[in-house]
Amino acid sequence: MTDATNTTQPYEAQMGDYYALMKPRVMQLVVFTALVGLLVAPVGVNPFIGFVAILCIAVGAGASGALNMWWDADIDAVMKRTLKRPIPSGAVQPGEALGIGLGLSGFAIVLLFLATNALAAGLLAFTIFFYAVVYSMWLKRSTPQNIVIGGAAGAFPPMIGWAVATGSVSIESILMFLLIFMWTPPHFWALALFVKADYGDAGVPMLTETHGRTVTRNHIIAYCVPLVFVALGLGFTSIGGPFYLSVALGLNVWFLKGCYSIWKRTDAASDADNHAVEKHTFKVSLYYLFGHFGALLVEALLRTYGLTAWAGW
Amino acid sequence: MTFKVEHEIHGRRKGRNFGVGIMLIGMIGIVFGLTVVKVLGLTDIRQMERFDHVARPQLEPGALEAAERRANALAAQQDYEAVE
Repeated sequence: MTDATNTTQPYEAQMGDYYALMKPRVMQLVVFTALVGLLVAPVGVNPFIGFVAILCIAVGAGASGALNMWWDADIDAVMKRTLKRPIPSGAVQPGEALGIGLGLSGFAIVLLFLATNALAAGLLAFTIFFYAVVYSMWLKRSTPQNIVIGGAAGAFPPMIGWAVATGSVSIESILMFLLIFMWTPPHFWALALFVKADYGDAGVPMLTETHGRTVTRNHIIAYCVPLVFVALGLGFTSIGGPFYLSVALGLNVWFLKGCYSIWKRTDAASDADNHAVEKHTFKVSLYYLFGHFGALLVEALLRTYGLTAWAGW
Repeated sequence: MTFKVEHEIHGRRKGRNFGVGIMLIGMIGIVFGLTVVKVLGLTDIRQMERFDHVARPQLEPGALEAAERRANALAAQQDYEAVE
């Protein structure tokens, strides 16, 4: 590189820009759920190996975020919400994002394999592939069910955390997967009902725009009802218990009530109060997910100290 | 007269360079930590002798157990002979 090219470049990407490329807010959810999956498992893990495993899962999630931004740079430049992302803003070049995404993916998968086991590394590789290729490249722009499919990628982390500790997939990890998988559609569609997004301009088929808001309301309740069974069913597995069940019962009644209210409402009523119910239910959905995984963690602590024996559990 | 030869790119890329440095140090820490944890977690230090591209008949599956059985048998025979 010559001096001339150095001085004419308008903006030099900083570490913060590369960090933003990895979708840090998504990583928070990934780290939290993977950590819970690892800690509630019946097999203990060396703390340092556990730390490295969570780091690998977080880096893998970040890498898939970078690959997603690389692929979606054209539509990110069209939508207001994503206009300031590192690639459309010009901070990071698309080739850099691709390189970072691929490099970090390889790093995370190989290190997770060396630190833990092949199943955990394989699940991480599949998650990255699923998010970057199946969701971003194949289905995001072709089906209004894209949120449902994308939710699967976000649902794998607790299963990977569980696999790190146990080296297996079991009913507990499948139910943790299903909890996030079934939660994602009502969570995002509640948001889609009150956020005036410009997905249509970008050519991304969102359910609210392709099938209308009434169909979206029907879909919200259709996913919420089976979600309740998944959430409560988790309470009867080896990682559940009286504390988890009581928290889950409260959270499910709260969330189901919100989804039912959304389903029963008309668009006119929603517009009249500035989508108050939709906004409230969206907020409840955040408490819902963190509440369930937090309760699983507390339940594991109670079990460790033998404090669930009083309930005959 | 100063001997300052720093190019402006050094300042412009300072944050990135520090970031890369911290990540490299972190990488060393991870590899070192994993090595310590994995080695200390071995149930038998002889497992370390695997995969070093040197033929070791004694490390073939069952060889160690067979050697131990042979040693036990020899010890038992010696005990028996000493009693006699």
